[in-house]
Amino acid sequence: MSTNTQTSFDLIGMLKRSAIATIIAFLLFLPTLGLKTSASGGVDGLFLQYRWSLLAMGCAAIFIGKMALELFAKPKDGQQKPAAQASAWAKAIASPKTAKAVAPLLMIFAIAFPFLPFADRYVLDIGILIITYVMLGWGLQIVVGLAGLLDLGYVAFYAVGAYSYALLSAHFGFGFWMCLPLAGILAAAWGVILGFPVLRLRGDYLAIVTLAFGEIIRIILLNWRSFTGGSNGLSSIPRPSFFGLPFNQEPGGFAATFGLEYSSLQRIIFLYFLILALATFTFFVTGRLRRLPIGRAWEALREDEIACRSLGINTVNTKLSAFAIGAMFGGFAGSFFAAKQAFVSPESFNFMESATILAIVVLGGMSSQLGVVFSAIAMIGGIELLRQLQFLKVIFGPDFDPSQLRLLLFGLAMVLMMLWRPRGIVSTRTPTVFLKDEKTVSAAMISQGRG
Amino acid sequence: MNYFLQQLINGVTLGSIYGLIAIGYTMVYGIIGMINFAHGDVFMVGAFVSLITIIIFGITGTSSVALGIGALILVAAISMVIAGVYGWTIERLAYRPLRGSFRLAPLITAIGVSILLQNFVQATQGARVKPLNAIISGGFTVLEGNDFVVRVTYMQILIVVLTFVLMTGFTYLISKTSLGRAQRACEQDMKMATLLGIDVNRTISTTFVIGAALAAVAGLMYLLYYGVIDFYIGFSAGIKAFTAAVLGGVGSLPGAMLGGLVIGLIEVFFAAYFSSEYKDVAAFSMLIVVLIFMPQGLLGRPEIEKV
Repeated sequence: MSTNTQTSFDLIGMLKRSAIATIIAFLLFLPTLGLKTSASGGVDGLFLQYRWSLLAMGCAAIFIGKMALELFAKPKDGQQKPAAQASAWAKAIASPKTAKAVAPLLMIFAIAFPFLPFADRYVLDIGILIITYVMLGWGLQIVVGLAGLLDLGYVAFYAVGAYSYALLSAHFGFGFWMCLPLAGILAAAWGVILGFPVLRLRGDYLAIVTLAFGEIIRIILLNWRSFTGGSNGLSSIPRPSFFGLPFNQEPGGFAATFGLEYSSLQRIIFLYFLILALATFTFFVTGRLRRLPIGRAWEALREDEIACRSLGINTVNTKLSAFAIGAMFGGFAGSFFAAKQAFVSPESFNFMESATILAIVVLGGMSSQLGVVFSAIAMIGGIELLRQLQFLKVIFGPDFDPSQLRLLLFGLAMVLMMLWRPRGIVSTRTPTVFLKDEKTVSAAMISQGRG
Repeated sequence: MNYFLQQLINGVTLGSIYGLIAIGYTMVYGIIGMINFAHGDVFMVGAFVSLITIIIFGITGTSSVALGIGALILVAAISMVIAGVYGWTIERLAYRPLRGSFRLAPLITAIGVSILLQNFVQATQGARVKPLNAIISGGFTVLEGNDFVVRVTYMQILIVVLTFVLMTGFTYLISKTSLGRAQRACEQDMKMATLLGIDVNRTISTTFVIGAALAAVAGLMYLLYYGVIDFYIGFSAGIKAFTAAVLGGVGSLPGAMLGGLVIGLIEVFFAAYFSSEYKDVAAFSMLIVVLIFMPQGLLGRPEIEKV
C-alpha cells in the first residue's frame, strides 16, 4: 500500500494486503466485538458472551472495505494530489462573494423556518440547538481559527455563562436581559484569568492546559454542592419573557396581550428568534472584528508568532483579547442555554461538548464563518438523524440503541475529515484583508496541510 | 505518622501505574512532537483485554501466589500484544498520513481517535462498570501503631516490582539496543536519521507499539488494584499520566517515572488529607502550575524554539 508504483492490475497483492488488514482487524475486534463481558450473572461477577457472527461481520466489512479502497482509490503519487482543483472549489465557496450571496439566503430561510408547515416542536428544538452550536462555533473560531490557539476547554465558558444566569437570577432575582451581558462579562473575565497564565505555552501544551481547566471547572461545579447544587444542578431558572410579557395563559401573558390563542409553541418560537438574534449579533461582531487591526493581528499570530512579535504586535494583548472575546460569546450562549432548559447541571458541560464545538470549527474550515454554519447543520443534524436509524436493530439485535453509535461515528468522522481535508470542508487560510489583489502566498499551499 | 506511611505506600502504587502510562506519552512526544491524546484510551482497551483474558482462563482468587503470578504474566503478555496492535493501527491509519501537516492536525485526529475508542468499547462492552474479584489478595503488616496499622498488600508489591522490572528492561532497550539508538536518533533529527538509513516510519511504529504495550500492563494493574473498570477510565488516567510526563520533562524516561510517582503521591495525599472529591483538581492544577513555571519539567531539557 505504501509504495504502490506499478500501474498494472495486481490482484494477488491486493488480496494479500486485504488479508493482512483483515487479520489485524480480527485481532482488534476479537476482544471487543467478539467477546462481551456481561455482569448479569450471579454474585460471582462476570461471564463471557460469544458473538462470533458479529466478529465475522466486522472482519468481512474490513476485508471488503480494504478491497474497495485498493480497487478504487487512486495510487498515491507522493504529494501530487489534485489539491489545486479541490481548493479552487473550496475557494469558490469560501470567497467573500459567495458568502455575500449565500448569507442573506440562509438568513431568510432561518427567519422563515419557524413558520414552515413542518416546523413542530421537535424540529424547532433541533433548530435552536443547531443555532446555539453555530454561535458557540463562531465564538470558538476566534480563538482557534483566527488566533490559532487550540482551546479544548471552551465549554467552561459556556458553563460560566449558564451558571451565572442561574445563580444571579436565583440570588438576586435578575432577569434574563440583565443577566445576559453580565454572563458575557463574567465569561470574558474567566477567559482572561485562564488566558493570562497560559500565554507562554505552545500549541499543544496550551490545548492540554485548557482541557485541564475545563475539567477543573466541571469538577468544582459538581462538588461545590452548597453553591451550585452539585450533580443535581440548579432547577426552576426563570424563563425569559417578551418585553415583560410572560408566555403563559394568564391575562397578562403574551398571547392575551396580542389577542392570540395561547400555544406552548409561542415560547419555543420566541426562544428560536432569541438565539437567532444572538447568533446574528455574534456573526456581525466577529465578522467586523476580523477587519479591525485586532483581527489582522490574530491572523498574523496564527501564522507566525515570532514574526508577529518582531513586527511590534503585542502578543499578550492579542492573545488575551482572543480568549476574552471568544469566552464572552460562550458566556452569552451559556446564559441562553440556561434560560432555554430552565435547568443546568454539570453533566451538560463535559469534555464531549468542547470536542463537539471544536469539531464544528475544524470541519467548518477553521476560519470560514459560513463553514461553521454548514458543519453545525451536518453535525448536530446528523446526530439527530442517527436517532432515527431503527433498522440497525435488525442487524445488532433488539436491545441495540442506535444513538449509542452516534458518538462513535462522530469520532470516526473527526478522524476521516482530518485525513481527507486537514483544513476542513471550506478551507481557506487566505487573509481576510489584502492589498489590491490577492497573491498566491504559501498559505494556499499550506491550506491543504502541505507545506 | 502511620497514616502518612500508609498513604505513601498507596501513592507509590498509584504512581507506578501513572508512570507506565506516562512513558507512552513521553516517547511519542519525544519523537514526533505530538500529544497522543488516544493513549489513555489504549490503556483502557488494555484493561478490558486483560479482563476478558482473565475470564477466559478462569483465573480466580488462588491461594498459590506463584500460580497466580504465572497466570497474570500470561494475561499481561496477551493484552500487551493486542494493545500493541491497537497502537500500531492507530499510528498507521490516523497519525502517519498527517505527518508533516499543520501543527494541530494530528492532535485533532487524536481527539477523534480517543472518542472513537471510548465509544467503540462502550458500544461493544456496554456502559456499565465491570467488577472483578480480587485475584491476589492478602498482604502483611509493616508497622503496628497504637491507633493505625500500616499494611502492604501483595498486589501493591507486585505492581511496584513489575513496574521496576519493566522500567529497567525499557531503559536497557533505549540505551543499548539498535532500536533504542534509532529512536534517539529520530528524536534528535528525523531528516538526518532518514539520510543515515534509519527506517523512520518503522521506528515510530515501534515506539507506538511499545508505549501501547506498557499502557496495557498499566491497564492490567489498574484492573487488579481497583477491581473495577469502565470505558471512561482512560480519560482522567490519560490526563494525569500526561501531567506526569510533563512534570518529569517530556522526552525523559526517568522523568516520566518520577513524574508518575509525584502525581500519584499528590493525588493520594490530597485525597487523604484534604478532599477526595477534589483530588482530580489537585492533579490538573499541578499540570497548569508545572507548565507555567517549569515547562521543561524536572529532568527535561529546555526546548529551544527554532525559527
